[in-house]
Amino acid sequence: MSDNYVPKSAVGKWFNDRLPLLNLIYGHLLPYPTPKNLNYWWTFGGILTFCLVTQIITGLVLAMHYVADADLAFASVEHIMRDVNYGWLLRYIHSNGASLFFMAVYIHMARSIFYGSYKEPRELIWIIGVFIFLLMIATAFMGYVLPWGQMSFWGATVITNLFSAIPLVGESVTNWLWGGYAVGSPLLTRFFTLHYLMPFLIFALVILHVWALHVPGNNNPEGINVVQGSQDTVPFHPHYVVKDMFALVVFLIVFAGFVFFVPNLLGHTDNYIEANPLQTPEHIVPEWYFLPFYAILRAVPDKLGGVILMVSAIAILAFLPWLDTSKVRSAKYRPLYRQFVWLFFANVILLGYLGAQTADGLFLIIGRIATVYYFAHFIIILPLLGYIEKTKPLPKSLSEPVLSPEERQMKAAASGASA
Amino acid sequence: MSEKQVTRRNFLYVTTGAFAAAGAASLAWPFVDQMNPDASVKALASTEIDLRPIIPGQSITVMWRGKPVFIRRRTQAEIDEAKKVNLADLPHPEEDSDRAQNPEWLVMVGICTHLGCVPLGQKGDYNGWFCPCHGSHYDTSGRIRKGPAPTNLEIPDYVFLNESTIKIG
Repeated sequence: MSDNYVPKSAVGKWFNDRLPLLNLIYGHLLPYPTPKNLNYWWTFGGILTFCLVTQIITGLVLAMHYVADADLAFASVEHIMRDVNYGWLLRYIHSNGASLFFMAVYIHMARSIFYGSYKEPRELIWIIGVFIFLLMIATAFMGYVLPWGQMSFWGATVITNLFSAIPLVGESVTNWLWGGYAVGSPLLTRFFTLHYLMPFLIFALVILHVWALHVPGNNNPEGINVVQGSQDTVPFHPHYVVKDMFALVVFLIVFAGFVFFVPNLLGHTDNYIEANPLQTPEHIVPEWYFLPFYAILRAVPDKLGGVILMVSAIAILAFLPWLDTSKVRSAKYRPLYRQFVWLFFANVILLGYLGAQTADGLFLIIGRIATVYYFAHFIIILPLLGYIEKTKPLPKSLSEPVLSPEERQMKAAASGASA
Repeated sequence: MSEKQVTRRNFLYVTTGAFAAAGAASLAWPFVDQMNPDASVKALASTEIDLRPIIPGQSITVMWRGKPVFIRRRTQAEIDEAKKVNLADLPHPEEDSDRAQNPEWLVMVGICTHLGCVPLGQKGDYNGWFCPCHGSHYDTSGRIRKGPAPTNLEIPDYVFLNESTIKIG
């Protein structure tokens, strides 16, 4: 990587001598050495950055028209939809953008889990990622409350009531959160403030996430170490800039499909009814991206236990680098893990399905089994696999698996001769 | 002077640090406390209700401190049902007589003790209240019988001002 970027213009040189900002951006975006075999699952980092920026820009302009007061919020959202120029578009981009943000983050996390990207030396990148995910959850939840529809109101009620499960101080904590004795205007106003703040905290963490990534460099589908600047790497620009751009365009087609054709598909119709503190909707469901965790919450017949288990389901992710005892990163070379990881993904999707159903009868029983399996994957299967699994031999370089037998022989002969 | 000896300078470091920490902590409190219920919220602490329009078997819901309060004029059948329950069968044992000052009038906060939804009246397996959110069943005395809620529906502080008026709060 050439850190000694020399600007061409005199102004650029004057600026860069005093503040080497261009140097920093140049080094991280253009010649940054990237493994040459990254597949399309690696394009979601760029897509997620795009999502974050989209949410910040659309959120900023929506905030110019929205009023965070319990008496006015619902009407102000309808005002955005009907009166504000392009308000419908901006709001639909923002609301569907949140869903697509989560879709992309789940794929991004699944990629990391499949290819073992969280393992040494990339643990901290993963942990920062878990914190970004936590902030995303908080931001999305608070954002969903702002339109002050029935689902907003009752979602806020159920989730803030989780804090009342804390022994001894639970009630004081919830009253403190609410600024009253029930969900109302004070809570709405503070949620709006925090909803505005958090994307910028996410942005700061994203910078740390990328910084930490650029120390060891990207993992890759083979999960082996590559020497930066060797034949196994290519410069980020133009190779991955172009690949990321192509993936982004495909992602945008899906995005536009939601915004222009089915903008309310992922929402809930009850949220077009204004909040009514006297009437709970028949069936409260959170947004689709929270359903697996919601299913875990409901699987436990005890209030505090359910809350603890739901929080643990997310917190356990931060310990993944140490729960997975295998030294081999990529599932490609782990025949057993490869099967268990797909079971794990299927189980999370099953939990998501159960989260949308009523919590009784057969659904509740399956929900409990799926919850147990979710945790078993982390605390039983992953630690054991590292000891009992016979992994396949790893290639020595990224080129090796794609070489023909003759080429491999030639290469071996060449390296033998040079040694 | 040995190196381990506490010097005048060490003393100054520690006291300065302690004062700075105490100062920062005391200044942090207003920033935390501003989120607690404010004076205007606390001012709405009591509500008076006229009970005359309610006939037996009818319930009304009133707002008290932003929360729904159920006031039900119970039928004799409901009162009998509530009284004959064996306390050992209850997850949160309470006598019906401890929950209703006057057996005919049941006054309770209409918020499920699980996660704060409003239960539906005269529904569920015990003919009392049923919370649609996570399936908690309450009996005719508002006591939890089945489901994830940990405690009975809360009884607010209330007094009968006269035969037909109560004051909640």
